[in-house]
Amino acid sequence: MEVADKVIEIITREQHLEPGKVTIDSSFEELGIDSLDGVNILFAVEEEFKIDIPDAVAQNMKSVRQVVDALTRVLEGKDISDLVALSKGSAPAPGN
Amino acid sequence: MRRVVITGVGLIASTGKNAETFFRNLLEARSGVRRISQFDPSPLSIQIAAEVPDYSPTDYFPAKRLDLLDRFSQFALIAAKEAVTSSGLEVSEAERPRFGVVIGTGMGGAGTFETGYYNLFAQQATRLHPFTIPKIMHNAATSQVCMEFGAQGPSLAIATACSSSGHALGEAFHFIKHGTAEVMLAGGSDAPITYGMLRCWESVRVLASGNGDPRAACRPFSADRDGMVIGEGAGILVLEEYEHARKRGAKIYAELAGYGLSSDACHITQPSIDGPARAIRMALGEAEVAPEQVDYINAHGTGTKLNDATETAVIKEVFKEHARRLFISSTKSMHGHTMGATGAIEMVATVLALDRGLIPPTANYTAPDPECDLDYVPNTAREKPIRIALSNSFAFGGLNAVLLVRRMEG
Repeated sequence: MEVADKVIEIITREQHLEPGKVTIDSSFEELGIDSLDGVNILFAVEEEFKIDIPDAVAQNMKSVRQVVDALTRVLEGKDISDLVALSKGSAPAPGN
Repeated sequence: MRRVVITGVGLIASTGKNAETFFRNLLEARSGVRRISQFDPSPLSIQIAAEVPDYSPTDYFPAKRLDLLDRFSQFALIAAKEAVTSSGLEVSEAERPRFGVVIGTGMGGAGTFETGYYNLFAQQATRLHPFTIPKIMHNAATSQVCMEFGAQGPSLAIATACSSSGHALGEAFHFIKHGTAEVMLAGGSDAPITYGMLRCWESVRVLASGNGDPRAACRPFSADRDGMVIGEGAGILVLEEYEHARKRGAKIYAELAGYGLSSDACHITQPSIDGPARAIRMALGEAEVAPEQVDYINAHGTGTKLNDATETAVIKEVFKEHARRLFISSTKSMHGHTMGATGAIEMVATVLALDRGLIPPTANYTAPDPECDLDYVPNTAREKPIRIALSNSFAFGGLNAVLLVRRMEG
């Protein structure tokens, strides 16, 4: 749960939310996280864990659990290319 | 013919965080120039600027909102809020598509740019914060103000260096005059007091010395002037179609009646006489005002040797004998050169001067210069009923903006 706790802490901090509001089951939508916020959160996650999340995966993240799962697999050195196809119909990346 | 009036004023500057305080300080010839506090200026040869004092962004904005606001957008929002509040304006849902915003800026999000590049080049960061682009873009202030007030009409950002907000006011004026909009928020904002920007300016050799006595550093039109002082802040005005304002019983500060613009097309930094003179004549022409009818000019008056002598020559060229009867003052002597905000901040000063019949002085004037031999209202404000005034903005790059405002009678 270490990774999940850290992700929840990052989201709480970056979104300026009350502690306890973010859980592993929260969706970005119910937390009011828009596409630009999502990019910001992933930036903070990348900085914290010194990793890179590919753009195609990053653009499809729409829940806390998705971020934690993707991050866990990256940290374990596993392939995450399937996550790109998983999330059709998710919120678009920042436009223009 | 549609007429355009000014029904609200707002600003934040070194000399005041609202229009009333600002104007009172100008009348008392109180300068806002001081030692730079945003960073340690010790390595700089020029360590002074006209900074907004004791500024704490969290006094104005919630943390989440601030994440996306460079200092220049913060200033624009603060000034816009005061302008809208002072105007009593309430824009209905139906009117929003005819309500727009034009904000000028010289440097945009310079501070955010600089922090990003510091991280990139000096700290070897491999990526930059994803909010960098939405914060630094020159239209960030315009877009933030549009969102804050629900302005969905014609909106622009203008970047013509020191003339940016003169042009912003002029273009917004024409949107209303020509029927493209009913109400506009217009002005300018800049926050250029950063270590890198100051280094840039230092190298051009146009900054006033005066680390020892910051308040007296900027001395426009005075024989001993030795340069300009960089300032920061924002000025935003509410422009409104006259009938629209009259119907809702709005207080009308003045009519914006003329706008002239021109390009010197001769040198990237040196001013000309011809370009500014044409802009002044164009503003007079649009307002159908004869040179002899003008009472007051809020000068560009940066405090550099070259600008002030050239501006004096321009005024003499256009106004001939009447030049000696004009009241001319440079309020930059107090609020500094706020770059893309300066035309709007000076327009607030000009409009309040018309409204109150009180002319702010040129502070720090010590001795006459043979090349600057007009009435610059030195050091002491004058109580005079003035009816017609000009505000001059002449920029690096030779792009000039002149606005003519007229007191509304009755």
